[in-house]
Amino acid sequence: MLKSKSFVKKTRKGSIIKVVREHYLRDDIWCGSQACSQCNQQELILEKSPSSGSDICKFPHYLLPDTNVVLHQVDILEDEIIKNCIFLQTVQQEVKHRSLPAYKRIQGLTANPDKKFYVFSNEYHKDTFTERLGGETANDYNDRVIRKAASWYTEHLANCGDSPPKVVLLTNDKANQEKAKAEGIITYTVYEYVKSLTEKPLLVDRLAQIEQNERKKDKMDVDIKSGKGKGILYPEHLGMAAIQRGIKEGQYRQGTFLASRENYREGFVSVPGEEKMFFIKGLSNLNRVVQNDAVAIEVLPKHKWTCPSSLIEVDDNVDPEAVNSLESEDDQKASPISASAQPTCRVVGIIKRNWRQYCGTIEPSIMKGGSRHLVRPAEKRIPKIRIETRQAESLLGHRIIVAMDSWPRTSRYPVSFLIFTGSFCEKFRRDWRQGTENQVLLLEHDVPHGPFSETVLSFLPKMPWTITDEDLKLRTDLRWVDVCSVDPPGCTDIDDALHCRPLDNGNYEVGVHIADVSHFIKPGNAWTTKLRAWTTVYLTDKRIDMVPDLLSSNLCSLRGGEERFAFSVIWELTKDAEILDTKFMKSIIRSRAALTYEEAQLRIDDKSQTDAVATSLRGLLALSKILKKGRLEKGALVLASPEIRFNIDSETHDPIDVQEKMIRETNSMVEEFMLLANTSVARKILGDFTKSSLLRRHPVPPPSQYEMEQGALARGFKLEIDNGLTLSKSLDEAVMEENPLFNTLLRMLTTRCMTQAVYFSSGTIPEEDFFHFGLASPIYTHFTSPIRRYADLMVHRMLAVAIGYEEVCPELLNQEKVQEICENLNYRHKMAQYAGRASVELHTHIFFRNKVTVEDGYILFVRKNALQVFIPKYGFEGTLFLKEKGKEGLFIYNEQEPSQTAGNVKFCLFDKVRVQISTEMSNLQHQRLKIGLVEPQ
Amino acid sequence: MAGLELLSDQGFRLDGRRPHELRKIQCKMGVFKQADGSAYIEQGNTKALATVYGPHEVTGSRSKIEHDKVLINCQYSMATFSTGERRSRSKGDRKSQEMQLHLKKTFEAAILTQLYPRSQIDIYVQILQADGGNYSACVNAATLAIIDAGIPMKDFVCASTAGFVSDTPIVDISYLEESQGGPELVVALLPKSDQIVEFQVNSRLHLDNFENVLDMAVKGCKDIHAVLSRAVKENVSELASHMNKT
Repeated sequence: MLKSKSFVKKTRKGSIIKVVREHYLRDDIWCGSQACSQCNQQELILEKSPSSGSDICKFPHYLLPDTNVVLHQVDILEDEIIKNCIFLQTVQQEVKHRSLPAYKRIQGLTANPDKKFYVFSNEYHKDTFTERLGGETANDYNDRVIRKAASWYTEHLANCGDSPPKVVLLTNDKANQEKAKAEGIITYTVYEYVKSLTEKPLLVDRLAQIEQNERKKDKMDVDIKSGKGKGILYPEHLGMAAIQRGIKEGQYRQGTFLASRENYREGFVSVPGEEKMFFIKGLSNLNRVVQNDAVAIEVLPKHKWTCPSSLIEVDDNVDPEAVNSLESEDDQKASPISASAQPTCRVVGIIKRNWRQYCGTIEPSIMKGGSRHLVRPAEKRIPKIRIETRQAESLLGHRIIVAMDSWPRTSRYPVSFLIFTGSFCEKFRRDWRQGTENQVLLLEHDVPHGPFSETVLSFLPKMPWTITDEDLKLRTDLRWVDVCSVDPPGCTDIDDALHCRPLDNGNYEVGVHIADVSHFIKPGNAWTTKLRAWTTVYLTDKRIDMVPDLLSSNLCSLRGGEERFAFSVIWELTKDAEILDTKFMKSIIRSRAALTYEEAQLRIDDKSQTDAVATSLRGLLALSKILKKGRLEKGALVLASPEIRFNIDSETHDPIDVQEKMIRETNSMVEEFMLLANTSVARKILGDFTKSSLLRRHPVPPPSQYEMEQGALARGFKLEIDNGLTLSKSLDEAVMEENPLFNTLLRMLTTRCMTQAVYFSSGTIPEEDFFHFGLASPIYTHFTSPIRRYADLMVHRMLAVAIGYEEVCPELLNQEKVQEICENLNYRHKMAQYAGRASVELHTHIFFRNKVTVEDGYILFVRKNALQVFIPKYGFEGTLFLKEKGKEGLFIYNEQEPSQTAGNVKFCLFDKVRVQISTEMSNLQHQRLKIGLVEPQ
Repeated sequence: MAGLELLSDQGFRLDGRRPHELRKIQCKMGVFKQADGSAYIEQGNTKALATVYGPHEVTGSRSKIEHDKVLINCQYSMATFSTGERRSRSKGDRKSQEMQLHLKKTFEAAILTQLYPRSQIDIYVQILQADGGNYSACVNAATLAIIDAGIPMKDFVCASTAGFVSDTPIVDISYLEESQGGPELVVALLPKSDQIVEFQVNSRLHLDNFENVLDMAVKGCKDIHAVLSRAVKENVSELASHMNKT
């Protein structure tokens, strides 16, 4: 079994010591080919006679790329035409050593069974192991190792059957190629090989581009070295070591860059631990950062501090080769430094790029036939991206997905390449069919949306599903309790149900029953790792489920009249809604009725109904009112966000009408008990998982974030922003008779000033920071929607352990792992929200297509050249430009108030205007809603 | 060192072993003539030498005499040249004292101590080269030396280690694998009766995984037993052939 040969390696760790390691050589490493008759292998990855699409090697063959090919041409390898490839361990390790992203990509390739990529552990194989010769460089050694493996394969496969597949070595190194030919190995450069692939002529295009870039990069390096700084637009980034030193010495700060939505030349850096964000202005100060990058910044001296220009600006440059110096572009807009200057900084280095794939459209180029084009991303906060392609003509008007590659100092825009998945690139027809638009939305927001994998589906329970005796033994039988559920109409994933019944001692027993998803989704199996999304994503006309349909709308959904597993929280409450006792149990329930909010309200109001469900609902409602009152008294905020619903045409899927969501008493009744359940569960799990509970907190927003305070003051209301309680009170008092929407608007603006609530692992921060500001609860978690949120599922598992129903599994105890999950959850959660909002926006656009309407609107923000107007009827907001670019407008901007004045017309915050809404079709990508002023003239 | 991948996706460890494979073992009994029993063992790059004296009268203080069983005296040391950096080690430092204690307990459980009351057995072990699993090498070497000395034992004592890397138990971990900070199980076993005579766990290991890792360590001990018992048989037959000649 063991071929033992040990060898000696020298390594240096500070002082020079000799390290001796064993290296066992084996004879049980197989070639992985189905054509092979000699190897005693189980895993046959490489096909017996792979079909060849190449002109120069028409025989069946396997590809064997060398390190440089893998490093630089992963994109080629990722194309679907490339199959049956052998990765050597040597290559894999060197790639890992040199570029982790490339390594991850090849990991992904080898994991994909369709690609048929085989990893050959050549360094442990007795015949392919080679010892490094004295004086041989690492590169030469690796090349030799690769050649040796290639020739072994050639020889090995030659003995197999009649027309065995051959091995083709792909290398771009001339010297290596010659040596390989001398050893009798078939070898080609990538270029030669790809060119010969007749089915895919486009690949060459892609390849040429890479090579060009390489050459250019080399040239640029030479340029910089030789001092020819011509064409360099941006200052240099500092190296990692310099950044670290600077941060240690306090010279630089580390933070995350957030681009301004309104002005492409401005942005902010949020530095952890700082209340106020640092401001950045000007392209050369921004120095090539992109939204979400981790950056190192240097705070500028005080006299250079400035403030946001209040201009809404869009980058209108269309020349991809633009080289006009950034300063001239920056300077022309230089505004006098006002009193409200903010701490301003500049970017000195990038710590980590957080680039993802971006979706956008190609802009029509001013130079016909050029190969460089600009892509305008769909997301406003991403700068335009430069791309090189010769097919711009055919891409015009399509949506494409690009990945940023680099942003050299000489380029005005980041350089990217097309991502090709499947065909050359994923093109989306730019029409108004929601199918494609939804897909764009999901891709943009990084929401996995493919079908569930076979492995996941194989873990589903077999139908028909029944409750076994064993389940009955372990669970509390609550089928006799009159439980019912209250949800929005058309809801199929019912994850909560309630009951309330009077006890003999005059108190009430109230129960919240949550679908027991964790019963079906056990930790450790494919579920945990292969869940598509970590949350269910709701688009206006589509739902991307977190769990397969069978669970979400059948087995886990607490449908009326069916027996279902539940995780129950049962309290004993006094008449004044004081909690006397809390119990948690896994149970079996049978919901008496699945009601909508409206139906529930009707049952409560209809005095003639005296059945168990109706009385139970009345009891719940009464208790919930007391609970809500108590909560508000503690300082919980009632915030507002516009919520609208589209009535969708069933045929064309176009929205026909818009409706505001109705809020009934029953909504807040259900909400109240869900909050209570969440809080109770949070306390319980924290007791058992002191260090690793998954909780949710909402940080107290810093007072400086309340922007609308001034506007409210102008209307005669003072907002007390010291703490939640006073804020909540002053919000309640801010009611204007003549403007009934004023309060809602104010609450909307307050919501925007809030920081996001986040999931966290309890061991990572001190206990006083667990506070949930919005709910005024010292501790909170998510427990009540396990069908659509993964966080709830984790909490279910923790609670199951806490009540002794389940054995603890290791990952729940690991504080770091829980925190890691939390961060992922936060990210996914945010993305799901954005996707949902984008979907609403999309539908608003479709709704207004070919339509011109005049509506009432309210001013939310006043900017230097525009007003932000909110239209309550449709729940959206748009920008009302007051002056054309470059022209003097009629309006005079007053920064102090802020207000815009022209003659006797004055616009302030919260003012009512009448506006005309229409769609602007001039730009394909951003079919902006155009808003024009109607009244006052 | 965080990036070191102890177990590749193809299921190989850094030195080319699979998770369940031991390092190569070579051993020799009766390396010194003066001692009553002696043995030398190599487990990969870990090399240990053991010598056994006794049973003989108790040396030194008479208060140490035990009236119902033999006194077992263990001495453990590491050669100055045993690690990458040469370092002279003082005798009886904390680490070796602990090791001595462990060895003593191990062999008290295995040797039929009641046969030699009021006497003493000395076991001296020295690590000549250290590359992980020092304790198990010492136990295995000492077992062979005790057999060489002809002292009756209940069974062989075989020791092995097991670690836990990316959800897979790995047996007989080397220094490189040890130093990554994962959990480590050390087991000394009487293979025929499956009795564990010595057991240590370093670093945290979740109970769910414990069983698997322990099974792996026990299997390692049994594999070692197979190697050791073959060596003993060979040694005996060699001795027998010598005796026939004379």
